[in-house]
Amino acid sequence: MDKLKPDRGLLKIDENECKGCGLCVEACPPRAIRIGDRLNHCGYRAAIYTGAGCTGCGICFMACPEPGAITVFRLVDRRTLPVSDSHVPVEGAVPCASN
Amino acid sequence: MSGAVDPDYTVAHSRPKAFYESFERKEELQHQTHYCPGCGHGIVHKMLARAIDELGVQDRTILISPVGCSVFAYYYFDVGNVQAAHGRAPAVGTGIKRSRPGSIVIGYQGDGDLSAIGSAEILHAANRGENITVIFVNNAIYSMTGGQMAPTTLLGQKSTTTPDGRTAEHEGHPLHMSELLATLGAPVYIGRVGLGDNRQIAQATRAIKRAVENQVRGLGFSLVEVLSPCPTIWKMQPVDAQHWVRDVMEKTFPLGVFVDRTNEMQPPAGTNTAPAIGEIPRILGICAGDAGLAGEIPTSQTGELDLRVRVSGFGGQGVLLLGEVLAEAGMDAGLEASWLPSYGPEIRSGTSNCHVRLASSPIDSPLVMNPDVLVAMNEPSLKKFGAGVRSGGWILYNGAMFPPEYVREGVHILARDFTREADAIGDPRAANMVMLGVLLEIAAALPQASIDAALRQCVKQPKWIDLDERALARGRALLREFMERGAA
Ligand SMILES: Cc1ncc(C[n+]2csc(CCOP(=O)(O)OP(=O)(O)O)c2C)c(N)n1
Ligand code: SF4
Ligand code: SF4
Ligand code: SF4
Repeated sequence: MDKLKPDRGLLKIDENECKGCGLCVEACPPRAIRIGDRLNHCGYRAAIYTGAGCTGCGICFMACPEPGAITVFRLVDRRTLPVSDSHVPVEGAVPCASN
Repeated sequence: MSGAVDPDYTVAHSRPKAFYESFERKEELQHQTHYCPGCGHGIVHKMLARAIDELGVQDRTILISPVGCSVFAYYYFDVGNVQAAHGRAPAVGTGIKRSRPGSIVIGYQGDGDLSAIGSAEILHAANRGENITVIFVNNAIYSMTGGQMAPTTLLGQKSTTTPDGRTAEHEGHPLHMSELLATLGAPVYIGRVGLGDNRQIAQATRAIKRAVENQVRGLGFSLVEVLSPCPTIWKMQPVDAQHWVRDVMEKTFPLGVFVDRTNEMQPPAGTNTAPAIGEIPRILGICAGDAGLAGEIPTSQTGELDLRVRVSGFGGQGVLLLGEVLAEAGMDAGLEASWLPSYGPEIRSGTSNCHVRLASSPIDSPLVMNPDVLVAMNEPSLKKFGAGVRSGGWILYNGAMFPPEYVREGVHILARDFTREADAIGDPRAANMVMLGVLLEIAAALPQASIDAALRQCVKQPKWIDLDERALARGRALLREFMERGAA
């Protein structure tokens, strides 16, 4: 990826927990979520992050009826963060908590 | 990775901790709710779970699930849970809050639950200003049962019971519960929010937290009504249902804060805190081991008194009077007292019984299922209640021979023909007072003056007072004899 500035936020959707209602798609101000094509194990088309543009605002998280379908991450500013501050680094997918 | 940008992300919004990690009570799909896609209940659950997290009250929250689509709210919240009968959450919540003042009691109710079958309960709980929080999820329909009209159904809205749409002429106008309750003097906070768009959702999140926080601060009754989509019964796509809340429902049910007395209210002086862990066995009525006869029933000398008595016999044997004198004497002695008679046709014949509790601390429930002392005037009473007597407790049985099938290890038995004892004093009908005398001697918790006062309160005729006093004294003597024989 060739971006100069990383996105302020990052979104993970647990595909198997999602019911494909689309409320998060509607809620996201920068329109960074869409409904995917694949059916999940419940037979719903799960929402997916487009991969860019998330601001970490958390609006989709509160709009989503499922407890843990959505996790929103925010960029840690290394310049202001004390070294000891704990944060969860994210690589690839968040472990899937699903069924 | 050196030099250049090294973006790391930290979790900003994730599954609230007040939810179970896995919904073990659900048979399948233990990471999803049972709600339909786009259901407002899921969103309200998340708001509530987050509020519980943020206020740090998970360990002392007791959630009351209703009847309706959210009947299984207790599948999800990792808090204390009670599931109430339809509409009764405010009454159940009242009982829980009063007996566990340190708990945070949250009633969760649908609009059918709260505004139809439960309209009386919510009205009176609000009017008493119970220090509880009520989350009222209004989706304008009975969803769980397939879409019948609710008191909150909009005019013109179709339902299975109003197939051509609700009309004011036939079904009346939609009930505005928040506005109705706002006419009362006691509530601290009553507001209506919606789930109709992002702005409304943000506002609803704040209101729900506020309503719980008010209780944490000890301020009093708070209710938040949430206009909530039910895509399935409304037969709409989830996003359309969400917009219907904002564009249509809100016209009938305007959003707003109808009561806010949070600034006027003073938290109560004595702060209510959860009891110490060490107190819990006593509160639950679990007694540690057999401490011998003298230490069986905690008395006012040895510490906290919590005496539970069940009295049972045939109508006319003075069962209820025995209980009444005991309870009156307790009140006279400054104790908390409850007397719960079982009324019915059996007052005249058949088995009659009453529950009595005397305690140093407020009494949570007047029911006595595991008595310290069972006063059984006859064999049917033994049959009915003998098995419930707690280990280390007593059965006082009116009969010379105790039926062997009711003997239980660890339960003291004093079987006597108390009717004959009473006869010897002057009247067989005083058997109940002889037995009360035994009980008083066992419990050793009440001053004689209080017993005398109670007797004068409950028994009007001087002839009987005199007889009953002698009967009580005879009972006391009987127990002492019994103990001496046991010790010898
Ligand atoms: C005493 C009693 N009466 C009736 C019912 C049937 N019943 C179950 S849910 C329900 C209505 C629930 O509607 P609401 O409170 O609006 O909840 P929703 O399902 O819409 O979330 C009724 C009438 C019942 N379970 N118990
Ligand atoms: S956090 Fe905000 S920007 Fe990111 S996906 Fe969710 S709604 Fe969109
Ligand atoms: S709001 Fe939640 S359940 Fe609905 S589509 Fe988005 S992630 Fe899936
Ligand atoms: S029927 Fe309606 S209220 Fe019930 S779970 Fe489905 S969407 Fe929710």
